[in-house]
Amino acid sequence: MTGFWESAPKWLVDLKDDFVLNFLDEGRWKWLLEGLGHTLLITLVALLIGLAIGVVIAAVRSTYDKNRESMELHKSVGYYVLKFFNGVCHVYLTIIRGTPVVVQLLIMYFIVFASSRNSLMVAMIAFGINSGAYVAEILRGGIMSIDNGQFEAGRSLGFNYVQTMIYIIIPQVFKNVLPTLCNEFIVLLKETSVAGYVGIVDLTKAGDLIRGRTFSAFMPLIAVALIYLVMVIILTALVGMLERRLRKNER
Amino acid sequence: MSVNATVNASDYGASYGGDVIIDVRNLKKHYKGGEIKALDGINCQIRRGEVVVIIGPSGSGKSTLLRSLNLMEFPTAGQIVVKGQDILAKGVNIDRHRQKMSMVFQHFNLFPHMTVLRNMTLAPMTLLKRSRNEAEKTALDLLERVGLRDRAGAYPDQLSGGQKQRVAIARALAMNPEVLLFDEPTSALDPEMVGEVLEVMKSLAENETTMIVVTHEMGFAREVGDRVIFMEDGVIVEEGTPDELFNNPKSDRLKMFLSKVL
Repeated sequence: MTGFWESAPKWLVDLKDDFVLNFLDEGRWKWLLEGLGHTLLITLVALLIGLAIGVVIAAVRSTYDKNRESMELHKSVGYYVLKFFNGVCHVYLTIIRGTPVVVQLLIMYFIVFASSRNSLMVAMIAFGINSGAYVAEILRGGIMSIDNGQFEAGRSLGFNYVQTMIYIIIPQVFKNVLPTLCNEFIVLLKETSVAGYVGIVDLTKAGDLIRGRTFSAFMPLIAVALIYLVMVIILTALVGMLERRLRKNER
Repeated sequence: MSVNATVNASDYGASYGGDVIIDVRNLKKHYKGGEIKALDGINCQIRRGEVVVIIGPSGSGKSTLLRSLNLMEFPTAGQIVVKGQDILAKGVNIDRHRQKMSMVFQHFNLFPHMTVLRNMTLAPMTLLKRSRNEAEKTALDLLERVGLRDRAGAYPDQLSGGQKQRVAIARALAMNPEVLLFDEPTSALDPEMVGEVLEVMKSLAENETTMIVVTHEMGFAREVGDRVIFMEDGVIVEEGTPDELFNNPKSDRLKMFLSKVL
């Protein structure tokens, strides 16, 4: 091996030295690995929280939109309860979508959960609540994009609202929103790169720490970028496979 | 549909045989504080086994009336009494009511993610708790009746417009309803496909199926209808047998309408 490096061109040797300095010395690659672990953990938990919030809010909002007319006929308690929750959802969506995620994260960390030092947990919650707003609107958009005739056909056969949603609407919505939902997950994965603001060593922060230690920016930052890129490509490919399978079941 | 349909006919002095199953009383649907009157005091009765055809210019409220009968639209006043029960009253299980009153839509509204067979068996299996075998047997028999038994495994996108509407009719029949509502069933079809759908509807009429049909097909109204209702501006202007309405129209509005469509 030594023979090879002695005869190698200078730029290649520099590259090798750079690589060794940034990733191998003091086991710095472990920082990246740890950072990647935190990024994935935050993304995964935030995704689940976001999906849960999104499903609930989309259900409330579209139920309200779809049944308003019939419920105004006989205003029952349920009508006012639904109207109230619809209002709550509306406020939530406005605030979350109207402020930057970094600001939300900082507010969560320094104000809402000021007594907690578990920054990882705070980040999961903050990103989850943020993602929930977007997922909710994606799902609601998907539900509203289904031709009203599908609702009418279901209801006219005697299905109630929930049954119509489960048997007729949701299966069609799922397929329609999958690309947009995938996009939201990609955005979420990359947005977690601001987690460093509250002292979390995520993938981005890890790269930046290495850069700060070695005073060599190229290797760590490009490596971080490549890792994000590979994750997104894999995610996109997986969703593409799922999409094709769903479509094959149809025709 | 029912063999015992004539039992109570005398109570209503009916000339069409069956007992009244739908009694619409002073039905109104007003929007924007009464500015727009889609329905403005409709009174009519539907008897078992009869075919009632509703005609009228667009915007006359005929679709709104039909869609009110299974509460696809919500009237703002009046009563719809179905077999003695006002379905607009508080606490009525509207889903149970709709199971007995199937609807065929202008745009078919088949479920695109299901096969023809599944389209037809979903509701009977889920709502009427039929077994798969039973539901599929009924569905295939009905598909036979509309001439599409061989397309049971197809998806709606693979069918022509006329075929889709025939499947939609079969799907409605699969719930074994007491009344079939048709909302302009041939309006979205290419001209050469209208005939096949009307043929199916005609064969249903001959089987004593109670049908309420909103249509622009005057030939169908004349030939198949037991009774024709002419609506304009949210009210029933004239009502009678096809012969009375088409050959001896009394009101000027009907005369004018017929002069345009015939």
